[in-house]
Amino acid sequence: MNRQAQAAVLFLTGAALLHAGFTDLYLRYVKAGLQPLLLLSGAVLIATSLATAWYEWRGRRATAAAAGGEGAGHVHREPRISWLLVLPLLALILVAPPALGSYSAMRTGTALQQPYGYNALPAEDPLPLTVVDYATRAVYDHGRHLTGHRIKVTGFVALDRTGAPYLVRMALNCCAADAQPVKIALTGKIPPVLQPDKWLEVTGTYTAKETRDPVNNGPIPYLRVTSATPVPVPKDPYDESWNN
Amino acid sequence: MAITRPAPTGEDSHEPTTCAPEGEERVTGKAAERAPGTASERERASEIDGSVAIRGAAEVGEAAEVGRREARSPLVLTMLLLLLVLLQGPIRGALSAPVMQSWMTVFVAVLVQALPFLVLGVLLSAAIAVFVPPSFFARALPSRPALAVPVAGMAGAILPGCECASVPVAGALVRRGVTPAAALAFLLSAPAINPIVLTATAVAFPRNPEMVLARFVASLLVACAMGWLWHRLGRTDWLRPPERPHHEGDTKGAAFWGSVRHDVMHAGGFLVVGAMAAATLKAVAPASWLRTAADNPLVAILALAILAVLLSICSEADAFVAASLTQFSLTAKLAFLVVGPMIDLKLFAMQAGTFGRGFALRFAPATFVAAILGAVLTAAVLL
Repeated sequence: MNRQAQAAVLFLTGAALLHAGFTDLYLRYVKAGLQPLLLLSGAVLIATSLATAWYEWRGRRATAAAAGGEGAGHVHREPRISWLLVLPLLALILVAPPALGSYSAMRTGTALQQPYGYNALPAEDPLPLTVVDYATRAVYDHGRHLTGHRIKVTGFVALDRTGAPYLVRMALNCCAADAQPVKIALTGKIPPVLQPDKWLEVTGTYTAKETRDPVNNGPIPYLRVTSATPVPVPKDPYDESWNN
Repeated sequence: MAITRPAPTGEDSHEPTTCAPEGEERVTGKAAERAPGTASERERASEIDGSVAIRGAAEVGEAAEVGRREARSPLVLTMLLLLLVLLQGPIRGALSAPVMQSWMTVFVAVLVQALPFLVLGVLLSAAIAVFVPPSFFARALPSRPALAVPVAGMAGAILPGCECASVPVAGALVRRGVTPAAALAFLLSAPAINPIVLTATAVAFPRNPEMVLARFVASLLVACAMGWLWHRLGRTDWLRPPERPHHEGDTKGAAFWGSVRHDVMHAGGFLVVGAMAAATLKAVAPASWLRTAADNPLVAILALAILAVLLSICSEADAFVAASLTQFSLTAKLAFLVVGPMIDLKLFAMQAGTFGRGFALRFAPATFVAAILGAVLTAAVLL
């Protein structure tokens, strides 16, 4: 790969990072806190590409002015492995893969962890909770503060082998490579047709029923559904509450 | 003089593969005996002269041929991009299977997450290579390699970042004449013992604060052990010196940006290889394997150590993943946390790119074994 091609790849990679960082695209892949670093590195890559192009152009002029040889010594070769940088570029620009969904969720065990404290619940009805919050309180607090409330939870649908429905949110620490699902099993008035990966806002009540994740034997609480409405994919598809 | 010898051009290098970095003679006596001192003279000579004249005639021919081939790369790149834009529809169709989507998401995620840290490391490495004189390191580090190793290992605590940043920085250190043993200790310790990673570990293990101490001690121990091991047994010819970017412009600016460009293109390519491997594992291997491994304490340690290598998670996030592996013992989790930042698939690929394949093939298994032993020993004492 010669320097012009390198400058082009660097520029496109930088531009792709800036594009992902300025839109919400980056939230499909990494935590929100990485945004400033992402924008900074995009800018550095573009600066590098411009500097490369400029020095290359100046070098060429200098070679032409010297008029000695046609510059066969100036082979600025990078190893062919550099060509691989084109792949993520294409994946990000052309495909922009979606956030992890039901496929990964059902292959990985629920990552519920015992908390070291509970925040006070807001006095709203229905009570908005995250998937992680509901599952944690249902399993480790035995639903003590949940009974008697109508609860509103948002997540995507995943179906296990038997077709039983789950409401899932992937919890993320740094990037999608470490994302792990937290699952709630659904019971009660489940919509007749459920498609995996469709986002739902489910309203329901606490039930003491619990099951085990076949993958890692982790606890999965149930939620008794009273109504469910389809919602668009949220701005940040992951649950990042573990970062704080 | 060795300068008239036609230099072999390796498949992935544009520099002679056997030259020793400057200053190596000073720090390792063994190196001076084995590698001819003329190697660095040759480098200096070619820098001063900067022309084709001093190279062998065979190489000129090869270079011209390569030049013809390489001149086409912008064209190849344009054609490739055009073709892919035209075939967008069919490609999207083929990639819409859940396995492929999950693979692509993890692949892109690892890169988007790692690139900022790689860029950070590359900037730092370029700054070291261009603006810090070699004499600084000669003063800052003890002259005896055996002492320089722990000092460099402790210095790892000040590089706030994950492992992607430490590979180019360690490369720049070797290039600047730091003894390889010390640079390697830095390479291994930096991603594991910096404040950001230790804070993340504390947050991930709220019930076991001793994990933070154990991780710090075990990582530093293994890093120093590997540094000393390299000092005792390492041979310079295993270590391909990091390629010196051509500084055809004399200005510091040209050298700085040349170094940034070179390192991003080079390490970035290897990062892509590592990301592909990690994504494949995440998308294809079933997680239920882990459950069976957790039952036997010894198998559990080995399983998590191997998992750390295969998953290639950023060292700032691995504590959370370790904490979520609830069915495993603390010792096994510590092994996961010590092995991960020192050696994983993407690090192996990047090390092979920076220091040479022969180095990576020897260094990686040794690091793996040392990291497991270090983790088990520390766990026996502290956990």
